[in-house]
Amino acid sequence: MNPAFSLFGIPYLSLLVFFPSVGALGVLAVPKARERMARTVAFVVAALEFLLSIPLFTRFQPVAGMQIEERTPWLTGIGSSYHLGVDGLSMLLVLLTTLLTALSVLSSFSAVTERPRAYYSLLLALETAMIGTFVALDLVVFYIFWEAMLVPMYFLIGVWGGERRIHAAIKFFLYTMAGSVLMLVAILWTYFLHHSATGVYSFDLLDWYRLPVPLGVQTWLFLAFAVAFAIKVPMFPFHTWLPLAHVEAPTAGSVILAGVLLKMGTYGFLRFAIPLFPNAALLWMPLLLGLAVVGIIYGALVAWVQPDVKKLVAYSSVSHLGFVMLGMLALNAEGLSGSLLQMINHGISTGALFLLVGVLYERRHTRLISDYGGIWKVMPAFAVVFLIIMLSSIALPGTNGFVGEFLILLGAFRAHRVFAVIASLGVILSAVYMLFMFQRVMFGPVTHPENDALPDLRLREWAVFVPLLILVFWLGVYPAPFLARVQPSLAESASLIERRALLCRTAEARAGRPLSSLLPATPAAPDTAATRQP
Amino acid sequence: MRPALPPLQFIMSSTDAMSLLPVWVLTGVALLALTVDLFSRKRGAMWSAWVSLIGLFATGLAIWQVRGLDRTVFAGMVRVDPFSQFFSAVIVGVTIVSVLFSWDYLKRTEILRGEYYALMLFAALGMIFMAQANDLIMVFLGLELMSLALYVLAGFRLGRMESTEAAMKYFLLGAFASGFLLYGIAFLYGATGSTNLERISGYLIESPLAGSPLVLLGIALALVGFAFKIAAVPFHMWTPDAYEGAPTSVTAFMAAGSKAAAFAALVRVSSMVLAHVPITTASVLEVVAILTLVVGNVVAILQSNLKRMLAYSSIAHAGYALVGVIAGGPDGHAAVLFYMATYAAMTLGAFGTLTLLGRGMDERVDVRELGGVGKRHPILAALFTLFMLGLAGIPPTAGFVGKLYLFRAGVETHHVQLVIVALLASVVSVYYYLRPVVVMYMQEPSGSPVEVSRSGAASVALAISASITLVVGVLPGGLADSALRSVLSLLP
Repeated sequence: MNPAFSLFGIPYLSLLVFFPSVGALGVLAVPKARERMARTVAFVVAALEFLLSIPLFTRFQPVAGMQIEERTPWLTGIGSSYHLGVDGLSMLLVLLTTLLTALSVLSSFSAVTERPRAYYSLLLALETAMIGTFVALDLVVFYIFWEAMLVPMYFLIGVWGGERRIHAAIKFFLYTMAGSVLMLVAILWTYFLHHSATGVYSFDLLDWYRLPVPLGVQTWLFLAFAVAFAIKVPMFPFHTWLPLAHVEAPTAGSVILAGVLLKMGTYGFLRFAIPLFPNAALLWMPLLLGLAVVGIIYGALVAWVQPDVKKLVAYSSVSHLGFVMLGMLALNAEGLSGSLLQMINHGISTGALFLLVGVLYERRHTRLISDYGGIWKVMPAFAVVFLIIMLSSIALPGTNGFVGEFLILLGAFRAHRVFAVIASLGVILSAVYMLFMFQRVMFGPVTHPENDALPDLRLREWAVFVPLLILVFWLGVYPAPFLARVQPSLAESASLIERRALLCRTAEARAGRPLSSLLPATPAAPDTAATRQP
Repeated sequence: MRPALPPLQFIMSSTDAMSLLPVWVLTGVALLALTVDLFSRKRGAMWSAWVSLIGLFATGLAIWQVRGLDRTVFAGMVRVDPFSQFFSAVIVGVTIVSVLFSWDYLKRTEILRGEYYALMLFAALGMIFMAQANDLIMVFLGLELMSLALYVLAGFRLGRMESTEAAMKYFLLGAFASGFLLYGIAFLYGATGSTNLERISGYLIESPLAGSPLVLLGIALALVGFAFKIAAVPFHMWTPDAYEGAPTSVTAFMAAGSKAAAFAALVRVSSMVLAHVPITTASVLEVVAILTLVVGNVVAILQSNLKRMLAYSSIAHAGYALVGVIAGGPDGHAAVLFYMATYAAMTLGAFGTLTLLGRGMDERVDVRELGGVGKRHPILAALFTLFMLGLAGIPPTAGFVGKLYLFRAGVETHHVQLVIVALLASVVSVYYYLRPVVVMYMQEPSGSPVEVSRSGAASVALAISASITLVVGVLPGGLADSALRSVLSLLP
């Protein structure tokens, strides 16, 4: 196994989590007179953080289970410890986070001139919370990072956003928080289940993986977790906060939101909701599959008719995340690998799309498709980058999107044929709305004289897109180094879910009575939980 | 047959006297603060402020001296145990911070008079008595000492209609509450033959008459009295008016101190009396808690005056803390202690920030006027945001950990519905706690921008409140352990 190691005397994962926050303080310490220095400091911090995160990939061993674990007693009174660790699932997501944060900082150089110190320090604080969420293995620690994420994002949208930013910021905050408090109840409930079953108070995820959860309560606990994650993904009926937040957020905010924050939802399903409550997850599988497929089709159809490029990309996220869910719910090797790969792909391609829209917006201050046209002639290099990213987003073979989507459909076809067939319609639709948009923006004559003199990509902007383009082709042509590292963990996840489903069933059967007698709650409680679903 | 009572002992040993050291010190300081004011017409009030501040630190030292002691003194009237020491420390801390907030605020609003500080110290003394009370009469005495001082303090802005109104409402309704409490005590005395909590508890355990209507009536009336003081719905009517009209530094003191003291008494009474009543009072309290959470949080949304908004927020927080009282047991009670300490820091910080808004007699406490504060006063705005996030229970602040402990105790004792209501209420609360943040950072000033007063003393107080809010949020272990150790003395 890969034990914890230290860099500069600090345990590696802690360093990775907290270095951006320390950097954020550094950004705040930039004197007001030289405010513009803030962006340089922030970029140095974010770039260093990305470099720091590379050993995570290189030193990662392709084995199942947690690696580089750290554990320190923290709230000893209630049995919570500061427990961090990574496996294949979280490793790639952490790398995605560090990369996208660095690129977001770089992309904001000219876009954000107002209060740069606050802006960059919030972005870096957000990075701490995001990485913390991915590596936390204690439910309290996880929940703290999960909630702490809201605050910087709220400010990023609310202060540096567009016209309806305040509305968007509050809606984002309230939606996410409403989902997560139900999860907190479920966390506490499971914690007491663990105590009544073992006599030990523990919030440790690895302990919880060994706990048989009575079938009767699983449904309620699963739903509480699932609603929290479904809001974040966002799955179909819970998606309404997303277009608003995306459209109003500044470019970097959209990139982080789409690239990383949405993955928290899918990550949460795979790490917590499904393995902890496998029987309930299987029971509710048809509903989840249905919502995933509805999301794929609905997101694509709504994206098709958007007059606003940013909104189009936002709705395309709903569609893509539907694919991620579909692949995950297949619960087989292909589906899970495709799902994880597609999380990364979506971060790269949708992140890049938002960055591209940001480039346009910075030049023309409009996002309406009808205000463009003929951009290919004016900004040829930009158009080529846009084309490649768009093709990756619609999963053209040779790009990263293809590998992910193919694996997802393969897995889904084996597990849930009907849903896979309907979902493949979404593949076609995604080509339709993307190409339709691309055609209107890029081709034809230049209809607006303002567009005649738009400058092409600058050096700094190239620096933002080149890493993403490399990843598009690398993952598209040779995804083996990535897949090889994550597959043992994903296989372990699949088998964990199966083992736990069996464990919970047999524990229930052996007890000879419903284990619900162990519940730390009266039967009336779940009713309240059910009616409270937003 | 009632159990024969042992003869009352009024002889006080020197250790008994020692164990009351903090109370002696505080009484002396309060009297001294009252006296020094007389010697100089011009500077007397500030002397009195200095005396109070130094005296409060001395009281803090005295509490440190008697730490860990567990004795019942004054013929069972007063109990000096870790529980009361925890609350004494919280109360002294609250008073120190409140004095610091008053320092320049009184000068600028031109209500600087020496008796202010003396009254504050007497109120603090009453609060400590409430935490130490081992006898219902003592609870009543402490409550009255505290309340009388606070009535005067609430009306301290002579000539200001709102201040007088606040004092009047607070006094009338407070007197009403005292009446209920006293009536309840009378019934309990009639039923059990004693006002001493230990004897009442002993009687209730042994007697088959524990569920008699007389006992229940007494308990119900006493609970009404407590509900008034902690500002629980439906006995919360006085809170918004009193909080709004009173000088802001007094509001800060009331919101943090009198709530902590009332919860101290409530926790002790509930662990010694309510726990032994056969029919469950928890279900009554549960209804009160749910009402408090819902009404407090929902009505707060409608407020644009920040003092009123924080008043409803303080009502709502009584609801959260009640979850711990209802859960009971060491975990539940320790959660209440932890929550009171952290809530005090956050609410003091929030009201303390308000004392700085506006210059001179001009006080600006309307949320709509805060536009642009984030840009022109970044540190003040950041601190206010921190307190708002803390009160909303967002990690990594102490407010989150406090709620975590409370809700953990609630779920542990099968009050899942209550916890769900409390959590959903806390989602609602995010809306109004974020509102000033939105205005400060995201809106331009409408009309003339808010001036901010400068005050060294208040800066120190804000720094204290903010560091408690953050440090306890990240490393709650120490405070949580000491809260848990403190409630162990409540166990029989």
